[in-house]
This record gives sequence, C-alpha cells and structure tokens, in this order.
Amino acid sequence: MPSEIILLLGVNHKNTPLEVREKLALSSGYEEPLQALGKIDGLREYYLLSTCNRVEILVSARDGDDVEKRLAEFLFGDALSPDQYKKHLYCYRNEEAIHHLFMVAASLDSMIVGESQILGQLKEAYRWSSEQKCTGPILNKLLHKSFSVAKRVRSETQIGSSAVSISYAAIELAKKIFSSLENKRVLLIGAGEMAELAAEHLVGNGAKDVVVANRTLGNALDLAKRFNGRAVGLDELHEQLEQVDIIVSSTGAPGVILFKDDVKPLMRNRRNKPLFFIDIAVPRDLDPGLNDLDNVYLYDIDDLNNVVELNKAERDKEAIKASRIVDEESLKFKDWLAGLAITPTLAALREKGDLIAKMELERTLPRLDLSAKEQKSVEMMAGAIVSKLLHDPMLFLRSESCKDQSEMKVDLFRSVFDLEKKQ
Amino acid sequence: MLSEINYLLFNSVLVVSFVASAMYLVFFFSQREKLRRIARMIFLGSGILQSLYIFSRYIIAGHTPITSQHEAVVFFAWSVTWAYLSFHWRYSVRNFGTFVSMLVLIMLLIAATVSRQFHPLAPALQSLWLPVHAGVAVMAYGFLALAFCGAIMYLLQERELKSKKFGFFFSRLPSLDSLDQLNNHCLTAGFGLLTLGIITGSVWARQAWGTYWHWDPKETWSLITWFLYAAQIHQRFTLGWRGKRAAVMSIIGFSAVIFTLWGVNYLLGGVHSYAQ
Repeated sequence: MPSEIILLLGVNHKNTPLEVREKLALSSGYEEPLQALGKIDGLREYYLLSTCNRVEILVSARDGDDVEKRLAEFLFGDALSPDQYKKHLYCYRNEEAIHHLFMVAASLDSMIVGESQILGQLKEAYRWSSEQKCTGPILNKLLHKSFSVAKRVRSETQIGSSAVSISYAAIELAKKIFSSLENKRVLLIGAGEMAELAAEHLVGNGAKDVVVANRTLGNALDLAKRFNGRAVGLDELHEQLEQVDIIVSSTGAPGVILFKDDVKPLMRNRRNKPLFFIDIAVPRDLDPGLNDLDNVYLYDIDDLNNVVELNKAERDKEAIKASRIVDEESLKFKDWLAGLAITPTLAALREKGDLIAKMELERTLPRLDLSAKEQKSVEMMAGAIVSKLLHDPMLFLRSESCKDQSEMKVDLFRSVFDLEKKQ
Repeated sequence: MLSEINYLLFNSVLVVSFVASAMYLVFFFSQREKLRRIARMIFLGSGILQSLYIFSRYIIAGHTPITSQHEAVVFFAWSVTWAYLSFHWRYSVRNFGTFVSMLVLIMLLIAATVSRQFHPLAPALQSLWLPVHAGVAVMAYGFLALAFCGAIMYLLQERELKSKKFGFFFSRLPSLDSLDQLNNHCLTAGFGLLTLGIITGSVWARQAWGTYWHWDPKETWSLITWFLYAAQIHQRFTLGWRGKRAAVMSIIGFSAVIFTLWGVNYLLGGVHSYAQ
C-alpha cells in the first residue's frame, strides 16, 4: 500500500538571495501556478505560498521520490538548473513539514521575527487554494491548525511586541539618518498593503506629510485619505522627489521604475538634503545604484534584515517560548495524523466484526423458533460479543505506546485480522 | 618650588586625561549611562587641571605661555577640552566625548614628548595682544578640532549605513543628521574665531612691526586654512553641501590647521617660530 506523505518544499530569505527569489516570486497571482501544480502526478492536496521573503509549496501526496523532484522542477522552472538550486531549496517531510509550516505561521521563520503580515499572507494563499479546490481534509486541517498556532503564539508570548513588521526596521534606519522623523515627508510609491503599513509606522513616529503615487489614481486617493495626504500619478514622481525625505516603494512593477540617473540631478534642487529609499517590492522597484549617490540611502528588504539582527537578542528569548508552543502543537497534529492513518483500519475491523455477526445471525436465527423480542436479544448479544472482543485490540491500536510505529502496527493489524483483501 | 608644582601638574593632567579617555572608552563599549557621567566628571577635572597648569606656567614665565611648542600644544588641548565642555552645555551628541577625549589625550602625549623649557619672549612681542591673538586663534582651533571629531564620526556612521553592514558603530554613533549639525555648528564657531584671530594678528603685527601682513609662513598658512573653511561654508550656504563632502572638507581643513600649528614651525620657520 503506498503511504501518504506531507511534503513542503521552498526557498526563503535565509538561504536564497533576493536575486533568485525575484525570479521565482509569482507576480501573476495564485491562479495559474495552482492550476499548473494540479497537473503534477501523485499530488492529492496542494497549496502554494508566495511572499517577498519566501515561496513554498505544501502538498499531501503518494510517497515516492519523484514527487519531490517534480515539485522542485515546478518551483524553479527554467530559472535555475538542479545543481544551482540544490543549495537554496529546502524540503521537509511529514513532521518536519508540519513543524516548518507552524514556524512560518507563527512568524518565527520570518525575516523580522514576530511580524504579523505573514499570517495574513498565509490566509490569503490558503483562500486561493481552497477556492480552487486544491486542498482536502489533511491540508484543510493542517492550515487551520497553523492559524490557531499563530494566534496562540501571539497571545501567549511577547514575540510581536518589539517588531511588528518590516516597517519597524525601516524606522530604526530612518532614525539613524534623520535624527527624528518629526516633520519628515513620506512618499509611497504603490498603494498596496505593505505601503500602508509602512506609512502607518512612519506617521506614528512623527512623519508629517504622506504623498501616495500610484498607477491607478483611485487607489492612491483611498490610501492618501487615510493619512490626510495627497495622491499623485506616477508621472509626477520626479517632482515629488524634490520635496519628500522618505520613499517607500512597493509596486508590482516587473522592473526598475526609478534609476540612479533620475535622482542624481534632483539632489541639487534638494540642496543635498538626505533621501531615504525603502524598496520593499519583489522584484525590486529601485535601481540598486541609487545607494552610490551622496546623501542617498537605499535599502531593499534583504538589507532590512541586517537591522533586525540588532534587536534579535531580546526577541530570541520570546522566540524560545514560541517554538515550544510550535513543538507542542506539531506533536498534537502528528497524533491526529497518526489517528487518521488508523481510522480506516479501525473502521474495517469494526465492519468485519459486524459482518461476521450478521452472517452468523442469518445462519442461526431461521433455525430457531424465537419471538421478535427474543430475536432482538440474540442480535444484541452477538453485537456485544463482537464489540467486547474487538475492544482491546482497538484500544491497543489507539494507544500511546505504538504511536511512533503506527504504520508498522497498522500493517500487523491488517494481516492479523486479514483485512488486506477488503481494501 | 613653583617649577616642581608645574612639573607635577602636567603629570597629573596626563594621568587624569588618560583615565578620562579610558573611562569614555569603557563607556563606548558598555554603553552604561553611569560610566558616562563619571567619565565626564573626570574629563572636567582634566580641563580644570589643564587650566591650572597653564596658569602656573604663566606665573613662572611672566607672559602668556604660548611661546614654545610644548605650550602651544597644551594650549590647543586645553581649548579643545573647554570647547567641548562648553558645547556640551548647549546640547549633547551621543558618544562625542569618547572621540574628543581621545584627541585631547593624543595632544597631551605629544606635548609630553617635546621640551618643556621656558623661552624668553622677544621684547617686540610683549604686549596685551599676545593673549588676545593667541587665545582667539587657539579657541578657533579648538572648535575646528571638534568639527574634525564630528566629521570622523560622520564618516564612520555613513560607512555603516551605506555598506549596510551594521557593526560596532551603528548603534553607538548618533544619527547622520545630528553629526552634520554638529559639524556645521563647530565650523561656524571655529571659522568666526579664526577670522577674528587673523584680524587681531594683523592689527598686532601693525603695532609691532609696522605692517599688517608679512607673508610669514604661518600667516600664509592661516590664510590657506581660512580659505579652505570659507569655501566649505560658502558651498553649504549656496549649494547645500553637507554630509560626506562637508565631513571630508572638515578633515582636510583640520589637517591644514595642524600643519599651520606644527608643520610650519618645523619646516618653514618665520616670525611665529617659537625657537628664536
């Protein structure tokens, strides 16, 4: 019997540079990749997560080495050869996969440990998968569990208190460039959720003016309204750059939208006042060469990671607490999964017992002259004998002692009770 | 008797300045606020001892003690110390003291290596203008030295921010903006005093020698220094030069100051030479 496994493959910010992740990130949304994923042999349930820091595939599949290979090929496409991607890719099976998913959901694997955006991204990815009917009983349960683990971690530890998001790191940096954010002007390029979050933090720290530049002016207006700011079109970008101090770029544009040579002439008009660019888009929006200009500071999301390292120590303590919760929940889920493995066996055994009782009753009852009430009693007795006889074996199957070798136990059980043929 | 006190005073200045620097350095590593306060008190002590030392030399020599190499350097260290301490009353810049106290210590160590002999003052120079001219010029150097320290800190912090490798200095140094402000303020004060120093010098020269300007090497180099700083301040006003460029200019300007103070005496001589 080919057994079922849970597989998780992916790349993240820890072992894959931004240049590679840029090639993998799905800018076209979830729909197409999920359909493509569905065409891979051997997958029963599948789910896909793509954020700027990670791309991960989670599947429940028939066991076999091929699935892993096919998924890796799907993930990297033509971007990288197997030799190249080997060092980036991680692949977890069963318990490890569950554990990793919970770690991600609880924001323990994030670039900024404790940030809360990842849970929202996870939920959105799950919504796509379930809408496309890609998930089934196992992944549904697993993902829902990951959400509740994240909630538990958040409420029982302080992990979220020191770093809320990537914006936190950006503010730390801004304070080392400008002494305070008081009266600094902020320009958001792109009106996405990330931009909103960043703006919220900047304004919370004293930034005065928020200008939103976006391809569709409507979205820009909505966002600008939230901060009593102004909305402008992307064509006004250069003019705005003369006025603002901090720029957060998060568009979904496929390429660079602002080059070094665009900004260079502006610095004279700015009288060389410092400019702080934060590029949280993947693929990147801003020319990395900007950082070479005097009084211009450019950070992309990988760079922000370094700032986060500074505050790591205090968060590490909370992270230990949080990983204990994750360990605990992973174990519980493993038990549930093991329970899932024995459920068909238990049902088959029960069925076989009932069938034997029924057959024996059908053979015996017609030969006896019994009243309806007496017949009922005999039927009940036969049922009770089957139940009592099966009670201990079933208890044994469910017991803790054999949890780790449930597969072996199930096989043994099936051959002892000769259940194989029925399947 | 007096010269013994004088000798002891200089040694205690050295020791106290060394302790202050060491304390500031420990504070720089540990960032414990209590250490900073202690270091500051010791540094203040060093400033007072320096003043006493200069005063004792004044009594022995009978004129403002700025006529030998040793005296000039001690005076310079004194002016840096007091420029910093007076500056500190207005506003403080994180970990600035560490850099300043190191600079002062280096100056005092240099002063310790050269001859501490007293030099008689040429009759032409015995005038009230000596303390005025020398005092103003040395105070100018003090502020320019502070700008130099600020510039070094700016470059260190800027390098960390640009390279995105956040090491030792990132958390310990203040923001670029405040360092740039510091540079700007010290430069403005230093430049004003430098201008005044040159003017008083030329007025004194008129009295002593009959002409305002001699093209003595020291005068020439002061003028070069003055132009370097004037150019920087001009650029800041007109084009908004700031940040790295301003910091580099401060360092170049300060090298000119150092050369004016020492290099000229050793290499070029002239009426300002101490060893006449």
